[in-house]
Amino acid sequence: MKHRLSVILLVIPVFFLAACGPAKEEAKKEEAPAAAAAPPIDEASAATLTGKVSFTGPKPVLKAISMEATPACSRQHSTAPRSEEVVLNADGTLQNVFVWVKAGVPERQWPMPATQAKLDQLSCIYKPHVIGVMVNQEIEISNSDPTNHNIHPLPKVNREWNESQPPKGDVKKKQFPREEIMIPVKCNVHPWMRSYIGVVSHPFFAVTGADGAFTIKGLPPGEYTLEAWHEKYGVQETKITVAPKETKTSDFTFKG
Amino acid sequence: MAAPAGRTSTPARYQSGLHRYAILLAAATLLLVVAGASVTSNQAGLSVPDWPLSYGKLMPEMTGGIFFEHGHRMVATAVGLLTIVMAAWLWRRESRRWLRRLGLAAVAAVVAQGILGGMTVIFLLPKAVSIGHACLAQLFFAATVAIALFTSRTWMTGTTGSGGRLDSAPGGELRRLGIAVPAAAFAQLALGAAYRHKAIGLAPHVLGAAAVTVLVLFFWFRVLTKFPGPGLLPRSAAWLVGITLAQVFLGVGAYMSRVATTDAVQPMPVMVVFTVAHVAVGALTTAASVVCSIVLLGAAGLEGRRPAAAAADLA
Repeated sequence: MKHRLSVILLVIPVFFLAACGPAKEEAKKEEAPAAAAAPPIDEASAATLTGKVSFTGPKPVLKAISMEATPACSRQHSTAPRSEEVVLNADGTLQNVFVWVKAGVPERQWPMPATQAKLDQLSCIYKPHVIGVMVNQEIEISNSDPTNHNIHPLPKVNREWNESQPPKGDVKKKQFPREEIMIPVKCNVHPWMRSYIGVVSHPFFAVTGADGAFTIKGLPPGEYTLEAWHEKYGVQETKITVAPKETKTSDFTFKG
Repeated sequence: MAAPAGRTSTPARYQSGLHRYAILLAAATLLLVVAGASVTSNQAGLSVPDWPLSYGKLMPEMTGGIFFEHGHRMVATAVGLLTIVMAAWLWRRESRRWLRRLGLAAVAAVVAQGILGGMTVIFLLPKAVSIGHACLAQLFFAATVAIALFTSRTWMTGTTGSGGRLDSAPGGELRRLGIAVPAAAFAQLALGAAYRHKAIGLAPHVLGAAAVTVLVLFFWFRVLTKFPGPGLLPRSAAWLVGITLAQVFLGVGAYMSRVATTDAVQPMPVMVVFTVAHVAVGALTTAASVVCSIVLLGAAGLEGRRPAAAAADLA
């Protein structure tokens, strides 16, 4: 009997470890793809894409978040904060739309954006709600709250991870080695906390802000597919051709 | 740990302390099932990223999802210790060898369950492990209920010797039903766990619910036909029917509340309550079906007597 029990105790974990095999495959996928041969960048001929993302339809009702069960969070808000799933600006434009050049960008090793990508946990809400980074670009993740958080990205292409971050703890530096639109990020301690990270193999992306506008600079002349992604309203794309030094406008409209 | 000499030949005697402790263990295990279901329903499964410690501590700040996840670990630790004491108690004081072994098997199960729980954290909720963790929890609960039954006065005075053995039970439709009902209940539970952890769609679980409900009602009908009267077996079967119908109601409620709160920014209390109750009553359904099976098959195995006569002893 003792022998049988020992065998069972050994076999069960081995079986389930085997069941977890795909995790190892995911780890292999983490190896960054080889950089393509790099044609020279002609900055003098670079074009600019700009536009606004509008919203039509009934004004969405912003859902209130209940933080009552976690005083460390609720103390930081005088009124119940609202979900950032849909943030509508006063002029009818949408915030937190990730706009990126989906196709047409020449394959090469593009320079990283000059701006540091940051994700903060502030008042138990991710700030900002949506960010864009380049493949292998460093993201600084900080916790400005007086309570524990866990950061848990849920990618489908990149490797999933889950790490805790204590109050005012050290900044974490993370990166994603493969292109992926979009990676949801959760905090399982505070289930209302959610943000999204767009990981792109080039620097031609932007996130709409308080004016609902986006600007993508430095794009080589050519034909492109431009995509706009919104957390609730899905994606839209458009074909666009830009000439050297041209500034072209391309607007999107999401329907509620 | 060596069994006391001559223990297996000593007739089993009722020990009220042991029986009460077994009930305590079963109740604590049901609480553990509720705690585990609360973790999933509150989406708190990975709120503590490390294991076996929580945020590197034995006792982290119990806030938000950590309350559910670490609370689950605390209840699990308590149940693990209670199970070890139960096994030791059985080993020292129980004359039925198979019951002593059941106590050891319960310890093995609770250890395996702890390892599976740790693996869900370390490997970020792989579906196979999460479903295995959910299923083993229910099997373990059924085992604790069985121990409580085997140590009860009713069982020990209504049956003698090795009344729980299946190998001496005769054949027959009711015996087959006695095996089919807990098997179907457990299969349905596994489907429910697979649906909950997004491994399958809802349809198999709904079809399973219909099949189990029909099977349980048919089983009840056959029990009442063969053993009319107020015996333990008809009483257990009636309880099984009641629990199963309650489970169907809770299942509908869990689904409807989930649909109604799909757009919510966080788990809503109505959904959490319905879903956790559905998991807990699911555990009770499996346990009740196991009790019916044990009563039926154990009674049938009494000293080679006919099932009807043996079951009548349980009245």
